Amino acid sequence: MSDTSQATTSAQVSRGGNGKFDVTRLLLEGRAFFALIAIIVIFSILSPAYFSVNNFLTMSSHVSIFALLSLGMLLVILTGGIDLSVGSTLAFAGVFAGFLLQGIPLEFFGVVVYPPVWVVVILTCALGAFVGAINGVLVAYFKVPAFVATLGMLYVARGVALLMTDGLTYNNLGGSPELGNTGFDWLGFNRLLGIPIGVWIMAVVAIVCLLALTRTPFGRWVYSTGGNARAAELSGVPVKRVQVAVYVLSGICAAIAGLVLSSQLTSAGPTAGTTYELTAIAGVVIGGAALTGGRGNVRGTLLGAFVIGFLSDGLVIIGVSSYWQTVFTGTVIVLAVLLNSIQYSGRKKRSDTSNDTTSSSQQGAQTKAEAPVVESAAGKPASQS
Amino acid sequence: MITERDRNHVLTSGYASDEVILSASHIAKSFGNVHALKAVNFDVHRGKVTTLFGENGAGKSTLMKILSGVMQPSSGEIVLDGKAVTFASTMEAQNLGISIIHQELSLAPNLSVRDNIFMGRELRASTGINYAEEERQTRLLMEELDEPIDPLTLVEDLRLGQQQIVEIARALSVNSRILIMDEPTSALSATEVEVLFRVIRDLKSRGVSIVYISHHLEEALQITDHAVVLRDGSMTAYAERKDIDLEWIVRNMVGNNFDLGSPPSGYTMGNVALSIEGIAVPDATVPGRMLVDHVSLNVHAGEIVCIYGLMGAGRTELLECVAGRLAKAHGRVVLEGEDVSRLSLARRIDKGLVLVPEDRQRDGLVQTMPVGQNLSLASIGAFTRGLLTSRRREQSVIDDAINNVHIKTDGGEAAIDSLSGGNQQKVVIGKMLATHPKVVLLDEPSRGIDVGAKAEVFKLLSEGAAQGLAVVYSTSEVGECLSIAHRIIVMGRGRIVAEFGPDATKEEIMAASGEAVVA
Repeated sequence: MSDTSQATTSAQVSRGGNGKFDVTRLLLEGRAFFALIAIIVIFSILSPAYFSVNNFLTMSSHVSIFALLSLGMLLVILTGGIDLSVGSTLAFAGVFAGFLLQGIPLEFFGVVVYPPVWVVVILTCALGAFVGAINGVLVAYFKVPAFVATLGMLYVARGVALLMTDGLTYNNLGGSPELGNTGFDWLGFNRLLGIPIGVWIMAVVAIVCLLALTRTPFGRWVYSTGGNARAAELSGVPVKRVQVAVYVLSGICAAIAGLVLSSQLTSAGPTAGTTYELTAIAGVVIGGAALTGGRGNVRGTLLGAFVIGFLSDGLVIIGVSSYWQTVFTGTVIVLAVLLNSIQYSGRKKRSDTSNDTTSSSQQGAQTKAEAPVVESAAGKPASQS
Repeated sequence: MITERDRNHVLTSGYASDEVILSASHIAKSFGNVHALKAVNFDVHRGKVTTLFGENGAGKSTLMKILSGVMQPSSGEIVLDGKAVTFASTMEAQNLGISIIHQELSLAPNLSVRDNIFMGRELRASTGINYAEEERQTRLLMEELDEPIDPLTLVEDLRLGQQQIVEIARALSVNSRILIMDEPTSALSATEVEVLFRVIRDLKSRGVSIVYISHHLEEALQITDHAVVLRDGSMTAYAERKDIDLEWIVRNMVGNNFDLGSPPSGYTMGNVALSIEGIAVPDATVPGRMLVDHVSLNVHAGEIVCIYGLMGAGRTELLECVAGRLAKAHGRVVLEGEDVSRLSLARRIDKGLVLVPEDRQRDGLVQTMPVGQNLSLASIGAFTRGLLTSRRREQSVIDDAINNVHIKTDGGEAAIDSLSGGNQQKVVIGKMLATHPKVVLLDEPSRGIDVGAKAEVFKLLSEGAAQGLAVVYSTSEVGECLSIAHRIIVMGRGRIVAEFGPDATKEEIMAASGEAVVA
């Protein structure tokens, strides 16, 4: 993982500034990495069962669900948006796949069509893309705030999933050989070179995201849209289409996660993935992305997902009650955000002091030029939320 | 907090007119290898206005931030009332009587004048806040400043000039003896400037010292008693008002004589590159009113056209409409014979018609990206092969841009806000020039940059024109019309009201625009 993101690492470091060795800076930049190491060390000491290849693989396949959601979320957050609907989309996608595997009764022809698994996968991804497209169009063209648009979709997608099954769960996802639709459990149970398929999928999606963000025009568009949409637009960046695209990609990621999860669980329930959108956001934030957009990368987001996954699984393994698990997870998230604000305020101050421009320069992009910017005593914009 | 007695004390106590109240000596400040200030000496005299002159990046703001406690000097000493002091924060500086009013006001627009003045140090009463007393004191302060603003008015309902008065009142209410004003007039109308200057004179008579920073040299000359000129972090000149004039300031600021250039010549202009035909843009807020009222204009390859006009003349709207950002009601935009009216902004960039926006922070720069990625943002296509971008090709695009527009930077990886205003502007211009345009529109390219950078930007444009680029720039400073432009178009109320050659006089241009001729 760290090999594939070497490029971003070096870009990030040199972008940061003066190239001097700075311990605080290193700790901040690599905080997700150090947190992960700390989590592994602590739990390995506490439980001998934790430190084994098999356990890591199991935990990684749990992580893959969060990581898939987080990667989609990263794209959205980089443009300055947010996607609260991914948990519901995950469940909707799972249920939709389950529905397809039960066969589609075409009453007009009096037959039941059993699509093969690869068709199911493609249709489910298309559904995720469709859900994302609605989000994206609402945000980009109808100017609905991302929080509100995707909050609405959170309810709608969950509701449709419940309607489809009448609140029940599809348990028969195995298909049957005579119908030619077996193989769905391959996603959740099989291994390739000893590594669970879910982890492979996560790695592929991560590499695609990494390449897209660092090596394609699209990636540059995403970063510039989140950094300053007005400037991006005047530079010829198709800002609206970029916004739609990131929600579509987030929807597809959620659908893939839904497929992997229902395959792992061998059941597709309409209540799966409740509050997963928050876990996904947490992963992105722990990974160092700024919720205001324009800053963040794939490496950090993956680490963030691993931190959350390894932490919660570790707590289960050493037998901490699920109530305490919630408390610990929450604490880690807050600590990460705390470090985030330290990092960005530090960066701000450093850049602030190194020149003669007005201190509101960064903020200027976000506030109207005429509106007085509220500044704190340190000359640092206070309206940064 | 200010009491009646304190105020009387300030008002009546005699003071020696040339007493130095604050003396900063050998102040130096470095950021890494960058020496923002090199052993600067700076005195503030009681009851006088001391103006700091200098280009962007000369170190004015850094010095002011040090004096007001925003940052600490690397070395040097500040002596206040004969005692050496250090300020670890703006709070400490304020307690010693030094306040700063930033260019962007730090008022809460949603609160009343009273609440803003007592923000953070509300007067307590047994039942919470003593609003009545706060209101009384606010009213008193406003009366003193001769500005009858009701204490209960919301700040967002005040004009900008009045908001500035509120800031001053707040500084006075904490008993400030030294008031630092960073570009206080940049957003004020002429009458508001008058009011501000009256207040400043009033403050002086009460023994308050003012440190003043402004890019409007002539304006600053009206009010200042002492002038200090900074250049490249060093103090280059110091004098009293009676010994100096505008020419002296400019000479010391830029070091040598400069001019903004003359129209490039020695080549023949090409065909019509851009043809604007009857462009009209309606005002969305006032039905029936036109922001741009059927404007037609031809610009030849190699020609430089200047659009001059007052605020609201429709310059920005015209340029934005031509570039494809603003929807038009009528008219056509023809680029080298091809009608581009229906194309999106991005397609017009591809065709070679680009806009450099007026507000570089809001519309020009992506602050989260380094200099290099900002420069290459508009020409990503040029270094994309298949699906992927090529790092090597991008680097050459960036290097070319940095060289072509002479950006002073550590390299493409530097943060955008490590650059001075003039260099940031060059990044925005360089970004658009990197697309190899045929026509470049620049909306107030000289806004907020110093004379030296201005001259460099204009030189760039005239070099571009000599190579066949069609250039249209707008300005609100008449001096900038009479520089590199082959043709000067004067706009007023959305229409073209006059057209001049490069030999026009300032008076002619200003008279045509409807501006009162200033002697």
